[in-house]
Amino acid sequence: MSRRRSGFTFSVLAFGYAFLYIPLVSVIIYSFNDSRLATVWGGFSTRWYGELMRNEQVLTAAFLSLQIAVVTATLSTIFGTMAGMALARFRRFRGRTLFSGMVTAPLVMPEVITGLSLLLLFVSLQQLIGWPAQRGFSTITMAHTTFALAYVTVIVQSRLAAMDESLEEAAMDLGGRPLRVVFDITLPLIAPAMVAGWLLAFTLSLDDLVIASFVSGPGGSTLPMVIFSKVKLGVTPDINALATLFIAIVSLGVVIAWWAALRSRR
Amino acid sequence: MTATEKTNNEAGGAPIIQVKDVSKHFGDFVAVDSVNLDIHRREIFSILGASGCGKTTLLRMIAGFESPTKGRIFIDGVDLTDVPPYRRPVNMMFQSYAIFPHMTVEQNVAYGLQKERAPRNQIASRVSEMLELVQLQQFRKRKPDQLSGGQRQRVALARALIKRPKVLLLDEPLAALDKKLREHTQFELMGLQDRLGITFVVVTHDQEEAMILSSRIAVMNEGRMDQVGTPKEVYEYPNSRFVADFIGTINMFDGSVESVQDGVMAVRCDAAGATLRAVSSSALAPGSHVCLAIRPEKIFISQEEPQSKWNTSLRGVVADLGYFGNLSLYRIRLENGKIVQVSAQNRRRSAERFLEWDDQVFISWTTQSVVVLPG
Amino acid sequence: MTSGDGRGTLWQRVTIAIPYLWLLVFFLAPFAIILKISFADPIIAQPPFTPLLDESGSPHITADNYTFLLTDKLYIVTYLKSVFMAAVATVLCLMLGFPMAYGIARAESAVRNILLLLIILPFWISFLLRVYAWMGLLNNYGLINNLLLWLGVIQQPVQLIYTDFAVYIGLVYSYLPFMVLPLYATLERMDPDLVDASQDLGASPAQAFRDITWPMARPGVIAGCLLVFIPAMGEYVIPYLLGGPESLMIGRVLFDEFFVNRDWPLASSVAILLLMLLVAPIAFLQRQRREEVEGG
Repeated sequence: MSRRRSGFTFSVLAFGYAFLYIPLVSVIIYSFNDSRLATVWGGFSTRWYGELMRNEQVLTAAFLSLQIAVVTATLSTIFGTMAGMALARFRRFRGRTLFSGMVTAPLVMPEVITGLSLLLLFVSLQQLIGWPAQRGFSTITMAHTTFALAYVTVIVQSRLAAMDESLEEAAMDLGGRPLRVVFDITLPLIAPAMVAGWLLAFTLSLDDLVIASFVSGPGGSTLPMVIFSKVKLGVTPDINALATLFIAIVSLGVVIAWWAALRSRR
Repeated sequence: MTATEKTNNEAGGAPIIQVKDVSKHFGDFVAVDSVNLDIHRREIFSILGASGCGKTTLLRMIAGFESPTKGRIFIDGVDLTDVPPYRRPVNMMFQSYAIFPHMTVEQNVAYGLQKERAPRNQIASRVSEMLELVQLQQFRKRKPDQLSGGQRQRVALARALIKRPKVLLLDEPLAALDKKLREHTQFELMGLQDRLGITFVVVTHDQEEAMILSSRIAVMNEGRMDQVGTPKEVYEYPNSRFVADFIGTINMFDGSVESVQDGVMAVRCDAAGATLRAVSSSALAPGSHVCLAIRPEKIFISQEEPQSKWNTSLRGVVADLGYFGNLSLYRIRLENGKIVQVSAQNRRRSAERFLEWDDQVFISWTTQSVVVLPG
Repeated sequence: MTSGDGRGTLWQRVTIAIPYLWLLVFFLAPFAIILKISFADPIIAQPPFTPLLDESGSPHITADNYTFLLTDKLYIVTYLKSVFMAAVATVLCLMLGFPMAYGIARAESAVRNILLLLIILPFWISFLLRVYAWMGLLNNYGLINNLLLWLGVIQQPVQLIYTDFAVYIGLVYSYLPFMVLPLYATLERMDPDLVDASQDLGASPAQAFRDITWPMARPGVIAGCLLVFIPAMGEYVIPYLLGGPESLMIGRVLFDEFFVNRDWPLASSVAILLLMLLVAPIAFLQRQRREEVEGG
């Protein structure tokens, strides 16, 4: 069945993808620019990559961000899977509407509000019970987990809703107790969704600027905070190099994931 | 209770499943309305009805996935109404088969025994035995997405039967199969049941399927059980318009009783333009409304005046006909417009049709062939 | 797993309880705290606001912050401008995103997967770095100006960055995937024969779109618009890096009140008012999602 390929649709698609990718391409090109003036071409060079690798501040911040992201992703996946199962499989429970709302709202809540609210919470807690004494790794992680778990919940809930419920019923019919059935049947089948959720939470945490700005302390800055302080003043060449590295890693990751999905389907 | 039911009961002893006054309400909606059933050992019992009549809900209550709003369910004499599905001695074959996609055929079949914590070597030997029974040994290491629909059904069967349940529940077992495979599977299921001696409870909307498979059928209508009987009883002696119409095709004549004498009821039917007779011992007063019904194959069709052995004869015209190879179906228009369906076997081998459109015909039947239904 | 039976086993209750408690403490409770602080006065102290109960034990509540916000022209303009800019960005995303989603949904399956991949890929790359990339393109010595100068279209560099225009570009750029994906999901489920059938019955392509495609795509359109509009209202980074002094967005104002002016009570009231503006759209989104996941 041939679809009449509308010329209009095609040109909009082409424009849209160009719009999405031209900035990325330009950053990649300029990361190899020898000139310090980031926008004038001075010859091909990889010096900015070298400078980036020697930049203590960036490296420390990157390491901190990665740690936070791993813990956040793991916690959000655990809590988000629980929440997704609760919403998809348990029909009625007290406070379900509220729960559902609390899980949807973080998806769209402006980050300044989330950040402000969590900082005020930590300050109040500190006044009340003396913890958290220092804001830093733990507060950022808790903040990130709170909003990331909403995304994992959505992914897991959709996957569960699409899954044939009679699989779990069949397992119970054959003698599996409910908890056993979760581990034997449900979790293995939603594993891809859980992995996708973990990766999404990881990315969101790694990328977050606003919330981290609110809830971090004198202890350390995250990578986005360092990047932001540098770019506030304008374009800087070593950030071009960092951006290119990011693009390369993500692209590689996406290609690997796509290839793996293709292979498992065969 | 008819003679046949009595025999079954005596042969099997106490019923293996007793559904006592079970109802299921979903909010305001009544899915199952005060159903009473006795299912006997070793029989293939079908619950037949249209979509939404409550038959699947009833089956799920027997399996344990729904709790009755009212009533109790006894399995082998024990009240299991409040027992969860993983502790009931019944197993279910789901309409979608529900084969675990992330496990091989072997692992699927072994699952139930693993939950029973049976010893490893015992599991292995019983799995092989079961796969042998359903002829899937060479597919044991395959994953479900590599199997055909029919093969997946056999995995579902093997997986349920390996636990040696007292009762196997089947939800629309033949619905997803094409015609040839359906016929083959019907006989396979019956053979399996006979060999293993397990009670089967089948839920279906296909009355042909129910008629072929079952030793007894329960016809369900909007949550209520209309009639329970053998296929023959339900077909030849329906007790309501719904059952008569649901099973096969039937011609219905509404009318009022003229008299009941010597076991024969005379009914004046305006649609037929005549007084029709039926064998009946009921004590209905003259003037009561009844419905007389007769199956298409019980009607004799001829172009000549029929012999006297046929008690009832009506004139009509062939309005439509259909040739099906082994039989022909006729729609005959009576003098005042009513259409009667007649089926006749094509006994004679001939290139010419026996009857043509617009032929004048006589349709006739005996008084014994007529069923009396409530008006 | 039995429907509506309400039989809660222990593990079921635990599964609900853990995320529930977490969200109550870390998501819901803080809003109460913001509300409380919005009724306080700023002071030079740690923390920099007056406590709810002062030394004599009587409550110290002031609505000064709210009266200020509701009467100060600059703030009113900022709120309105934020709504306006978020709305314009949403419409632009829709205009670009709808044909894209449509095109992807109509493509053959092999091509479709690649196209989806390419839409999702930028989403995984740091949002901050992508906005930064536009800084390079838009500034006076950036790629776009250089290109236009070289083509002779302009004689002098055009001020592109630090304008409302740049903010719109940044918003559309960042939020485009949030519009395309829900739209794609809805359009993909639509039977392609429906459009053909309507044209067979005499509808022109434009009429077929208006009569068939658009009504059926509505759930996706609504979801996409809400997913763009709500967060865009509170955007901070994009107006900061790409916007000019007249690109007033409330997210940026809130941030500045908090960190620059150290006026926590005022920042809190800014947040509360913003939340009030967003409650209706958020509730709407929540209802849409519930219908989508549980109704269908």
